[in-house]
Amino acid sequence: MSIVETSIADRPRYDCRDAYVETLAELAEADHRIVGVVNDSVGSSKLNSFRKAFPDRLINVGIAEQDMVGVASGLANGGRIPFVSAASCFLTGRALEQIKADVAYSNTNVKLCGMSPGVAYGELGPTHHSIEDIAWLRAISNLTVIVPADPIETAAALRWAAASDGPVFIRVSRMSVPKVYDEDYAFRLGRAITVRAGDDVTLISNGTVLWRAIAAAEQLATEGISARVLSMPTVKPLDTSAVVAAARETAGIVTAEEAVSGGGLGGAVAETVVQQHPARVTILGIPEFAPTGSAGYLLDHFGLSPDGIAAAARRLVTRGT
Amino acid sequence: MTLTVEHTTMPVLGRLPIHSSRAEQVAHIAEAARQIRIQDLKLVHYAGAGHIGGDFSAIDILATLYGAVLDITPDSVTDPERDRFILSKGHVAGALYTTLAAFGFLPVDDLATFLKPLSALNGHPNRRKVAGVEANTGPLGHGLPVAVGHALSAKLDVSLRRTYVLVGDGELQEGSNWEAMMAASQYQLDRLTVIVDRNRLQQGATTKETNDLDPLPDKAAAFGFAVVEVNGHDHGELLDVLSAVPFRPGKPTFVIAHTHKGHPISFMSNNVAWHHRVPDVAEFQQALTELEAVAPGYTKELGMTERSEGIIKHSLPRVSSAPGAKRGRG
Repeated sequence: MSIVETSIADRPRYDCRDAYVETLAELAEADHRIVGVVNDSVGSSKLNSFRKAFPDRLINVGIAEQDMVGVASGLANGGRIPFVSAASCFLTGRALEQIKADVAYSNTNVKLCGMSPGVAYGELGPTHHSIEDIAWLRAISNLTVIVPADPIETAAALRWAAASDGPVFIRVSRMSVPKVYDEDYAFRLGRAITVRAGDDVTLISNGTVLWRAIAAAEQLATEGISARVLSMPTVKPLDTSAVVAAARETAGIVTAEEAVSGGGLGGAVAETVVQQHPARVTILGIPEFAPTGSAGYLLDHFGLSPDGIAAAARRLVTRGT
Repeated sequence: MTLTVEHTTMPVLGRLPIHSSRAEQVAHIAEAARQIRIQDLKLVHYAGAGHIGGDFSAIDILATLYGAVLDITPDSVTDPERDRFILSKGHVAGALYTTLAAFGFLPVDDLATFLKPLSALNGHPNRRKVAGVEANTGPLGHGLPVAVGHALSAKLDVSLRRTYVLVGDGELQEGSNWEAMMAASQYQLDRLTVIVDRNRLQQGATTKETNDLDPLPDKAAAFGFAVVEVNGHDHGELLDVLSAVPFRPGKPTFVIAHTHKGHPISFMSNNVAWHHRVPDVAEFQQALTELEAVAPGYTKELGMTERSEGIIKHSLPRVSSAPGAKRGRG
């Protein structure tokens, strides 16, 4: 079927920040409580148009991440719904204790939007990469962690976050991705989406890597290997029943994510599998500080390419027979 | 020793009617502060833990805020238009709980659960468990940014509600405070008041020996605040200053409240050993005797008796940011 259908790799690509800012403006228009909070990250978050439309409602605290998150918590105390928008590396690294104490533990209605996560900053290097954010934030109680895969899911997750009461972290990618979902996609918290059915092996992914996992499944199909692809936008709370079903029904699970290969989506899946239905799991991620290279180069370098993911799946299937 | 409900004997004092005279208000705050100290002493002694030094340096400020300044009552703890008080130095949670009980926000009997397993009264305050607590603090340098955020929300709402935050002086060594002060100034949050519990002691030494904050008034003024210095144990001064903010339109206020850790207990006051030491039976009895010897509502005995040389430059409030300006004027 991949012969007649256009491969996902050949579809047009989109920067999820465009969907982010468009949706945020739409939400802000409908609800006066919504405000943006930034650490001078207006340009990098593409929020210039938002600032123009809502000049009083874009709070720029300057280059001060701890203050940015504390201020957001205080804004929420005053009845606002702050969307903190900052490079994920600085938001989660610099303000981790504020995220823990002022947002999660205080249970304030703050939405943390980690922009340009993973290795999106490419050649700027590991100081600007945010591969640890998922693992750090997954360890914090009372904090939902969402990693959308395309502009449609980014917009849907934002709408869900605005309507829900409580702390949420959403990763917003800058690396362009093809659309994975139809326009009528509705985000459901904690639910995996079977984007491709299959029963030989399971690929679980999210964010910028999901389309690569789909492309890997296309490749495997030409070899007669039927790969199930689960999109897992919610890393926390995890859809454990979908994971257990995959462990039970297929030869093994490959997880693939643009994040450190311990403690993120792969870690969450492995914890579930080990405790509920032991099965073979291969975790693909970024195991170390990345060398110099563009974002695309680095994903390929660490095996997060369609070829790399397909190879890992093939090894699981072969070992299983 | 175990803390039991027999040790929670504090009367609920509540607020005086709004038309009460200043003298009546000051006497009421003084009595509240005395009762809060007696109760807090029992909490720390019988629970066997707490931060009594910092509790006692902050209690006069807390009693003044809850007794006569904050527009908040036990019935309005969820009213969006209430004034907000954020205790940034969260380790003096015992003082906050006792103050909340004194003014009817928390049942006095609940104090008997202080630090016990599964109690709402943790060693640091939790807004999800205790009505009246605005932010979960404990790690230092968190309250001031949160207060700035709340003050911003009030400004966006074009609301007159005020925001007060109490920070320790040692706590100001955390850089997040200065980030927040820059933002407060940039956004002209003149209904935000930062109160510094300037007891000049941190966990193990003086602030001067550790990472000196002085010249603190000049630093705060340089960060765009109207700066006022008060005797942090003088209820009249505290009442006058805390109810008169803002002092400058467009400027947040920075109140340096000069205090002593452990005040006014003879053997605790200004003694670094009492950061989190627990009074033994003899010390407990002596402290209790000293507090009970004070006539109810009598503020002078609780005044600062051992001011260190050079600490109090201005016994009356002054506005440092604009020399010669009169307090309380726009």
